[in-house]
Amino acid sequence: MAKIVVDEERCKGCELCIPACPKHIMVMSKKFNKKGYYPAKQVKPEECTGCAFCAMVCPDIAIEVFK
Amino acid sequence: MKKVFGRPKSLTKDPFTYCPGCHHGIAHRLVAEVLDEFGIREKTIGISPVGCAVFTYAFFDCDMICAAHGRAPSVATGMKRSKPDSIVFTYQGDGDLAAIGMGEIVHTANRGESITVIFINNAIYGMTGGQMAPTTLVGQVTQTSPYGRDPKTMGYPIKVAEMLSTLKGVAYISRVALSKPAYVLKAKKAIRKAFQSQIEGKGFSLVEILSTCPTNWGLSPIEASKWLEENMIPYYPLGEFKTPEEVS
Ligand SMILES: Cc1ncc(C[n+]2csc(CCOP(=O)(O)OP(=O)(O)O)c2C)c(N)n1
Ligand code: SF4
Ligand code: SF4
Ligand code: SF4
Repeated sequence: MAKIVVDEERCKGCELCIPACPKHIMVMSKKFNKKGYYPAKQVKPEECTGCAFCAMVCPDIAIEVFK
Repeated sequence: MKKVFGRPKSLTKDPFTYCPGCHHGIAHRLVAEVLDEFGIREKTIGISPVGCAVFTYAFFDCDMICAAHGRAPSVATGMKRSKPDSIVFTYQGDGDLAAIGMGEIVHTANRGESITVIFINNAIYGMTGGQMAPTTLVGQVTQTSPYGRDPKTMGYPIKVAEMLSTLKGVAYISRVALSKPAYVLKAKKAIRKAFQSQIEGKGFSLVEILSTCPTNWGLSPIEASKWLEENMIPYYPLGEFKTPEEVS
């Protein structure tokens, strides 16, 4: 069991977490945040392994990982 | 479920002021994690540069001093000598460290000052809008090399890690990147070793971090990471250039 939480307001929509995820379950939202960035979000949460690769490359520490 | 990844305690809650996808933020997180892991935040003094990272004084939750452009190693020297039990680090860009501050960094390393330098090499001046840095690659287009860097008139990009590792006072030097998770893990190890060298009183330590500047390179963050891997790493090889045996 693993999950991630994306802080949508810290996210700057840089997309670096997308290719970092080995499960290909990170995507960009269609709705923008208060700063006007499209934040990243996870789809298919049941496939998340908690590897934290997405969080490791996030320059804004917008992703927390729980295991 | 337990939190296994989150914001390190040695960072304040302030959101970073960097452009989307800029690697400065990853470098900050790694340094802060190392301060947390060694439990040295209370006795650490950081010296922030002039450049995009000038605001590190607001981001690191330890004592911070903001130095004049390029002078961070000299301020660090003064701090460390007057408070030898403290842990002192500088955080400097390539304009700051390798252009205006080249004299300071060379002599600080040569004197073997027991400080740790986090050197961000993004091959450009970020804050001022993308001028050529001493680390700009041959042929790289910048605001001040609009036809590409021509070594005939502009010299060759300086390999700071290799150059400084020839100096006797240096204990630890390595070069790392942050463009993918495997590199980030290695970068963390290198930063740990650099701080460990200082904690053990081995002498001067420096980690050169290859970093992106998507904004001034005119690339998306993902393209910038790819450009770094295809162009910077071949010229600036990753690895350790000097290690004291005990921390290797
Ligand atoms: C004495 C002095 N000279 C010039 C400047 C202008 N200046 C501000 S930042 C900078 C270079 C920043 O580039 P770099 O160190 O590579 O850091 P980056 O912004 O890329 O992180 C310069 C030349 C200054 N602030 N002070
Ligand atoms: S923790 Fe790993 S598997 Fe889960 S979203 Fe992040 S990168 Fe993907
Ligand atoms: S890496 Fe971080 S800031 Fe960039 S899109 Fe993903 S969550 Fe947002
Ligand atoms: S200008 Fe470049 S170095 Fe400065 S914050 Fe933006 S991307 Fe980063």
